[in-house]
Amino acid sequence: MSRPRSQAEYLARLVPPSVAGLNRRSLLAGAAGAGALLGTGLLAGCGDSDSGSGGDAKSVSVGSNQSDPKPKDVVAKVMDGFKTSSGVTVNINTVDHNTFQENINNYLQGKPDDVFTWFAGYRMRFFAAKGLAGDLSDVWGKLDGYSDAFKKASTGDDGKQYFVPASYYPWAVFYRKSVWQQRGYEVPKTLDDLNTLGAQMKKDGLNPIAFADKDGWPAMGTFDILNLRINGYQFHIDLMAGKEAWTSDKVKKVFDTWAGLLPLHQPDSLGRTWQEAAQSLQQKKSGMYLLGLFVGQQFSGADLEDLDFFTFPEIDSTIGAKALDAPIDGYMMARKPKSKDAAQKLLTYLGSKEAADITVKNDPSTLVANSGADTGAYTALQKKAAELVGSATEIAQFLDRDTRPDFASTVMIPALQQFIKDPKDIGGLLTSIENQKKSIFTS
Amino acid sequence: MSDLPLIQADRAVPPPAATTSNGGRGRRLRLLSRTDRVVITLMVLVPLLLVAGLVWLPAVATVLLSGTNWDGIGPVSEIEWVGLKNYDDVVNIYPPFVPAVQNNLLWLAALFVVATPFGMFLAVLLDKEIRGSRFYQTALYLPVVLSLALIGFVWQLIYSRDQGLLNGVFGGETDWYGDPNVNIWAVLVAAGWRHVGYIMLLYLAGLKGVDPSLREAAAVDGSSETSTFFRVVFPVMRPINIIVLVVTVIESLRAFDLVWVINKGRNGLELISALVTQNVVGEASRIGFGSALATIMLAVSLVFITIYLWTVMREDKR
Repeated sequence: MSRPRSQAEYLARLVPPSVAGLNRRSLLAGAAGAGALLGTGLLAGCGDSDSGSGGDAKSVSVGSNQSDPKPKDVVAKVMDGFKTSSGVTVNINTVDHNTFQENINNYLQGKPDDVFTWFAGYRMRFFAAKGLAGDLSDVWGKLDGYSDAFKKASTGDDGKQYFVPASYYPWAVFYRKSVWQQRGYEVPKTLDDLNTLGAQMKKDGLNPIAFADKDGWPAMGTFDILNLRINGYQFHIDLMAGKEAWTSDKVKKVFDTWAGLLPLHQPDSLGRTWQEAAQSLQQKKSGMYLLGLFVGQQFSGADLEDLDFFTFPEIDSTIGAKALDAPIDGYMMARKPKSKDAAQKLLTYLGSKEAADITVKNDPSTLVANSGADTGAYTALQKKAAELVGSATEIAQFLDRDTRPDFASTVMIPALQQFIKDPKDIGGLLTSIENQKKSIFTS
Repeated sequence: MSDLPLIQADRAVPPPAATTSNGGRGRRLRLLSRTDRVVITLMVLVPLLLVAGLVWLPAVATVLLSGTNWDGIGPVSEIEWVGLKNYDDVVNIYPPFVPAVQNNLLWLAALFVVATPFGMFLAVLLDKEIRGSRFYQTALYLPVVLSLALIGFVWQLIYSRDQGLLNGVFGGETDWYGDPNVNIWAVLVAAGWRHVGYIMLLYLAGLKGVDPSLREAAAVDGSSETSTFFRVVFPVMRPINIIVLVVTVIESLRAFDLVWVINKGRNGLELISALVTQNVVGEASRIGFGSALATIMLAVSLVFITIYLWTVMREDKR
């Protein structure tokens, strides 16, 4: 092939003969046309989604993280209840639970739904302080049936309310009544009782305490309850807020106690999901399991009726055994809802007795936050759980809701897994946590 | 007067230049109409913008963000500059970093030493037109086609400690996914399973392209199967070999999906890519810190990219 004599000739050669001349032009025109079509298609798509969320007070949108079939159904029924009572249509956008949680930053800074599901705790207060959530003090003026503990859990750092509680579930030690009756086990009142009971269960061929931490968060429940029992609620909250040192003797004592209990835990927990651990309890291979009330999802029928629980036993008699983890789920309002009036109306309804009644009727695995609700339909387990939380002196939200999410997920999860792997080097582990905590909390 | 010639020279220079450029433009005008030039400009500009916007801008932004402590909330103007603190933290106080680097290297070694040669070996076998070779091809390539969520699920069924196939059949108690000394090997088997199929297909395509007369000539000269492959076919396939090598390196650097499906890259399965995601994508939003990890990964990739480009360009010059 001869070299092109000029740049123009060279460029002209780059066009293959098949598309040269008229053909080439028509092809380009076609491409442009296709591009235009695609463009308008995309624009039309945007237009649809915009008009769908509505600008008038006749509709309000809700972003829901309740993606499991049962809770999703309950949310739909509650929203239907609002529609019948107010005539305002509710558009529910359900997103997978974990995805919703992971995208929350982008979601809230973009165009969030008017009302969205969230949790009480540090993160709620954080969004409120950043101006990413709407003030709900007016709504709280119209709500009744909430204890002071719930109001406090809904309050931001500035003293205004930003959250409407809907449901909650306590963490406790679950067991099967039939197994315990058959073997003559008794509910332990102190740490020594628990150790004795565990030793007996081992002798009887059971895993004393079912345990799973593949996903990283279940072990946080064990840390929380031990810290609450050994050092009390206030220390726990201060530790979570980064005000106390992880290298202190108090924290060391928590891990030492845990290391003493680890031989009673189901081995190889880092490869197991909580569902598998719950099934070992259900199959009567494990004696007890410290988890949230949602453990009941793995039980059905007669097995569910056989399920009972006790609160984690006392370790220090001056601290007692009255504090516990009981995470609260509920709703918040976007900073700029399309219709503030409709959004507040909906939130007032969501906090009402009527909405709570619908939840009680349809979901036996949670407790409703409104004390005015008709709890006659509660199962025995739910009644007992409600009593337990009612008698609690302090309620913590759970480690990953009580502290910064970056600290919980990138420091605490690997650290707790490291501890479970190698419970001997507690000093080194705590130094590592403290170093990372300082770096994260000062930034 | 002495500067007059200079001025004249200055004046004398532009006209010829002008004529040549005018002439050039004139000719170009004849060949390429205004529409053509617009089209060509667009064709260069659009890909350029795409590359700049989707590759270079994010890469530069990552490097810049790695010097900040941004948490993803609030306007860009409020970002605080912290210098090299994130890098210092990554290396000195972030426990998962060292295991992540080790695991990435182990991943590279395992794919390079075991999976890639095995895939090439299978390709050579399948190239022999044995009976049912279509079936074997499909079976070996299937893992590459399956979605990763599905692959994670399939291996979960096999590896689960209490309910898995492996422990069920052999009656063992090994905690395949949970034991940090074992799980990286378990995952490497799963990753290798995919990689073998991929390499096999690439290499098979290359083998089909080798001129059969080369083999015939070698056979006529009395060369054995093995030496024909190593002395004739293998050197001829140099371009494919380079592609296979590059694919292997890329696969081990971007290894992510399997460990993420299994346990989000924790507890023995740390990989740099998983650490980046843990820090940046999730609720954690440690964007500055995660960007520092990403920049380290970028630097490592650049080493391999440079070596590759250098080899390819040296090739072109020859």
